[in-house]
Amino acid sequence: MRKASLFNVTSVALGLAFLYLPIAILVIYSFNASRLVTIWGGWSTRWYVALWHDQAMLDAAWTSLRIAAISATAASVLGTLAAVVLVRAGRFCGRTMFSGLVYAPLVMPEVIIGLSLLLLFVALDLDRGFWTVAIAHTTLTLSFVTVVVQSRLLTFDRSLEEAAMDLGCPPLKTFLTITLPLIFPAIAAGWMLAFTLSFDDLVIASFSTGPGATTLPMRIYSEVRLGVKPEINAICTIMIAVVAVGVVAATLASKRSARAL
Amino acid sequence: MTIAASSREKARRDWGGRLVILIPALWLTVFFLVPCLIVLKISLSQTMIAQPPYVPVLDLAAGWPGIKDFITRLSFDNYKILGSDWLYLASYLRSLAIATLSTFILLLIGYPIAYGIARAPRRLQPVLVMAVFLPFVTAFLIRIYAWINILQREGLLNDALLALGIVREPVVWLATDTAIVLGIVYSYLPFMVLPLYASLEKMDESLLEAAADLGAPRWKAFWLITVPLSASGIFAGVLLCFIPIAGEFVIPDLLGGSDALMIGQTLWTEFFQNKDWPVASAVAIALLVILLAPILIYQHLQMRAVEDR
Amino acid sequence: MVEGNPDGQAARPLVRFEAVSKRFGNIVAIERLSLDIFEREFFALLGPSGCGKTTLLRMLAGFEQPSEGRILLDGADISGLPPHRRPVNMMFQSYALFPHLTVEGNIAFGLKQDGMPKAEIAARVREMLTLVRLEGFGIRKPHQLSGGQRQRVALARALAKRPRVLLLDEPLSALDRKLREDTRFELMELQENLGLTFVIVTHDQEEAMTLADRIGVMNGGQLAQVATPSDIYERPNSRWVADFIGDVNLIEGRVVSSTPGQTIIENAAAGRLRVAQATDAVVGANIAVALRPEKIQLDTTAPRPSDENCFAGRVTEIGYLGGVSIFKVKLDNGLDMKARVANRRRLTEQLIGTGDRVWLSFLPDAGVVLPQ
Repeated sequence: MRKASLFNVTSVALGLAFLYLPIAILVIYSFNASRLVTIWGGWSTRWYVALWHDQAMLDAAWTSLRIAAISATAASVLGTLAAVVLVRAGRFCGRTMFSGLVYAPLVMPEVIIGLSLLLLFVALDLDRGFWTVAIAHTTLTLSFVTVVVQSRLLTFDRSLEEAAMDLGCPPLKTFLTITLPLIFPAIAAGWMLAFTLSFDDLVIASFSTGPGATTLPMRIYSEVRLGVKPEINAICTIMIAVVAVGVVAATLASKRSARAL
Repeated sequence: MTIAASSREKARRDWGGRLVILIPALWLTVFFLVPCLIVLKISLSQTMIAQPPYVPVLDLAAGWPGIKDFITRLSFDNYKILGSDWLYLASYLRSLAIATLSTFILLLIGYPIAYGIARAPRRLQPVLVMAVFLPFVTAFLIRIYAWINILQREGLLNDALLALGIVREPVVWLATDTAIVLGIVYSYLPFMVLPLYASLEKMDESLLEAAADLGAPRWKAFWLITVPLSASGIFAGVLLCFIPIAGEFVIPDLLGGSDALMIGQTLWTEFFQNKDWPVASAVAIALLVILLAPILIYQHLQMRAVEDR
Repeated sequence: MVEGNPDGQAARPLVRFEAVSKRFGNIVAIERLSLDIFEREFFALLGPSGCGKTTLLRMLAGFEQPSEGRILLDGADISGLPPHRRPVNMMFQSYALFPHLTVEGNIAFGLKQDGMPKAEIAARVREMLTLVRLEGFGIRKPHQLSGGQRQRVALARALAKRPRVLLLDEPLSALDRKLREDTRFELMELQENLGLTFVIVTHDQEEAMTLADRIGVMNGGQLAQVATPSDIYERPNSRWVADFIGDVNLIEGRVVSSTPGQTIIENAAAGRLRVAQATDAVVGANIAVALRPEKIQLDTTAPRPSDENCFAGRVTEIGYLGGVSIFKVKLDNGLDMKARVANRRRLTEQLIGTGDRVWLSFLPDAGVVLPQ
């Protein structure tokens, strides 16, 4: 019987408090009528209104959303393929190299990835903008999808695939009708992770973007350098709310299908 | 079904398999490997007011003499600059120092949290893991920005300290190393907690019971049994944090001062402000070389994890 | 060694393994194994773990390829066929039910792969559900079923396509004892009524003996003996098989006389044994006799005559098993033997206790001479 000691409970509680405190403060102050952090001016939604009229910010948010959706989808496809290769393909010529390429972006400092991609786009004489950021984000998040899907594939019961083949289903069809539906929650989790990483990214986007494709983090960053601005609290709160709702919804959905499995 | 037909099918399967490997491999080669090589090449070039702002430019149309000319014009000048200027060396050392300190603090704080979650009732664990993970998901930039709210001179921390009478004047928190480390620890905590939790969760409770049965007190059982068994999680967490922290840019930029820079900031400055692409590339390559050993260790661990199963 | 048809007919085997070998890297899992399985047989592969029985089954299903040799089904070489093209179906040890499909969906899966029309599929599924007595469970999902019910769905799914051979991989190992015994009889009935060929892999001797028409006992990647259950038990062909199946006393000795129908062996310490069986061994050769414990008679006084097939000793241990008692006896010459005696009367105390002097005797046809 697992018994959590007082120390355990305290550490988890303190840890969570530490993690959520800045976020809580952010959310609260987005409703602060006063401009200054030190003065509480009462509850107000004026910053949300101001945000609504801030076209540049809204454009940046829309750009980020689109880039995130596209790169997350591309990364999910490529990442799942890579995971399948790493788990199922056994030893093949170039496996070490392949693994190296897949796992390296996970730990590489973002400035290096960003710089190298920009230099590539320059060398290829590609116009930098929306699509180069999408490509860059796909490359960054692909590895994360692989790690998530790979971990699910490793625990997948292969006798289900054998049973399907035994009953007459060819290998490819087996993968598509049996394996894929059952590992889908992992792929979806990978998609969400990729979406978040892309939506959130500043460094790589800054390196690989061009005129007209400003992402939300880039916009926020340039505003932040000029000082604390309450509208930023507002947009941040909205982002947190959207993501939190999405994650909770996804977890509930996967819990229901997991029970059925 | 004839043997010929089934061997044709097998051949089709083999090619299908090769395609599955090729697609991600090609993507990663073009968008990851080749760019790294390009960075290497540019680190050996000189800066120029031109588009692109460096020479030599490899002109394949010039044929073999063009390539030879290209190679002779490459030089290690940029690396010499890095080696000779104390500014750069200090930047590297500072980054490594901050990365080491942060990683150590992350391990110290993250381990009890991960352990606490692993000991929680089974039904509660996924919720707790999600709770640790959620901040990570809600925009990195935002959370760093949130710390500015707290740490600035007229910020909440000073308010609290003044109110409690711990200090008599507002303390400068921002633009200090303390702020940087705080921001780093805050942002990377999930990266330390999750791998630790993953390996602690797999541990068999009965091992601790056996240790107790054989006479080991709880703290001893912890050091002799729990910690060694969670080694893979510790390694993964440490590497997953240390390597990216060394090259971190946003946190030192927003929370740190402008007097001493971390290497990520140096690279950014060289690139965006000085527009010196070759030197920026050299900085990147040098950083990569320094981090090569940890990166390779991490790869090795990942591959072993897949093969062990 | 290729074993013949139990009915004595020279029928063509349904399944034939021809000098099949299987290597995993340096490990030889199966070595030059040849075996015939006939139609409408219930055949069991029995052996200790690691003997290769599951590998053999998987080779028949198509999940492993033989390193050498051929596998023939109805005379045709299927060694190169992938599993989804073989008219062979398997019931998996873990059942391997598709969690995202209903019971009906699971059973219909194989039929859909063949492109059977919907109406026919529905009819066949109903037939299968009735066969395994799960009518009304069609719309449930695997996680809503008990262990025994899941097992029946796995069976129905494997039978739905009416395969030539049904393979069962330790099908009863996950069930508790009572359910296991009930299911055994159901399986036997099913096989008889449907007239199918079943090949079962098991490590449970009782299961193999109850279910099978013939048993293939495997050891270290090779077949030790292929025969009916009674032949394997009463006429083991080697020391290893005699020891592996059930309990046995092995007595070594020297051949004193050998005539057609009878062999007399002398063990210097134990005494003389008369066995009603001929042997190839010459006089003077060393040989072993296998004697099953239940064929030994235990007496507290010396029986008459007592010069051959009779040994004296002291009881060292008694194991009370309810229906029978197992007596461990140390003979005067030092040899240890076991005798199994039915407890025919209800007693609060054993008639024979540890330390008592007893005589073990047996008839000439109770023992079996083992080849060298």
